Amino acid sequence: MIGLEHILFISTALFFLGIYGFLTRRNLITMLMSVELVLNSVNLNFIAFHKYLWPSGMDGVFFTVFVIAIAAAEAAVAIAIIINLYKTHRSILVDTAEELKY
Amino acid sequence: MDAATIIFYLLAAMTLGSALLAVTSRQIFRSAIYLLFSLIGIAGIYFWLDYAFIAAVQIVVYVGGIVVLIIFSIFLTQQAGEDLPKPKWTQQLFAALAAFCGFALVLVQILQYGFTEVTQTGTAEEDRIGRLMLSTGEGGMAFPFELVSVLLLAAMIGCIVIAMRKSSNESSAIES
Repeated sequence: MIGLEHILFISTALFFLGIYGFLTRRNLITMLMSVELVLNSVNLNFIAFHKYLWPSGMDGVFFTVFVIAIAAAEAAVAIAIIINLYKTHRSILVDTAEELKY
Repeated sequence: MDAATIIFYLLAAMTLGSALLAVTSRQIFRSAIYLLFSLIGIAGIYFWLDYAFIAAVQIVVYVGGIVVLIIFSIFLTQQAGEDLPKPKWTQQLFAALAAFCGFALVLVQILQYGFTEVTQTGTAEEDRIGRLMLSTGEGGMAFPFELVSVLLLAAMIGCIVIAMRKSSNESSAIES
């Protein structure tokens, strides 16, 4: 029987895979992909808690829908910024964008 | 072991395996395709949990929207067939150590907490979602719904502004 712990295991593993990718990658697009993995693990947690712990309220489902909408907005803005950065720097590695570095 | 359990383990293996390949692959385009499979695996888990509406939203927004956007931006910013630079091994080691320590800590907490699961597991009927999303009464989500719509409008205008600024820059550079 699959319980809550199995799904929490998947979402935890997904979260820390995203963290690992975010810490090791230097390319902005791959960092954005790692952030998407982290957001997905949070969504999975909301749905699992709604199914197994709090099925009478609908908060988990709505939070998931809103997180997906905000993730879409975030990805669109991030990619606009990345393409703008590529046009000015000809590179999207994080170490090339260091004008604000003290 | 019944069929539902086997399907769950297959979906979990697909999600986690392609997520691992997505964060470690040296070719950025392959990395995006592995991310696509990972997101499809998560949508499959939503279907397995009997949340068809969330699974449909996941497929439409993530697989149909965000991954396509990421692939487009890869084509716009990356020279084709070029491998990503290999991260330094100290960076890799400490990132893996940090991720593993966090993973172990959270997993110990989850296993020790002892959740009291309800006997009647929940599901989300589409008509209930629709009614609550536009209701202002008890448990209604009309205000966050409107807030998210304003946020999406702001993001859209922001993207256009970011894209416009440098194109006017370029045209002035061509004129001068």
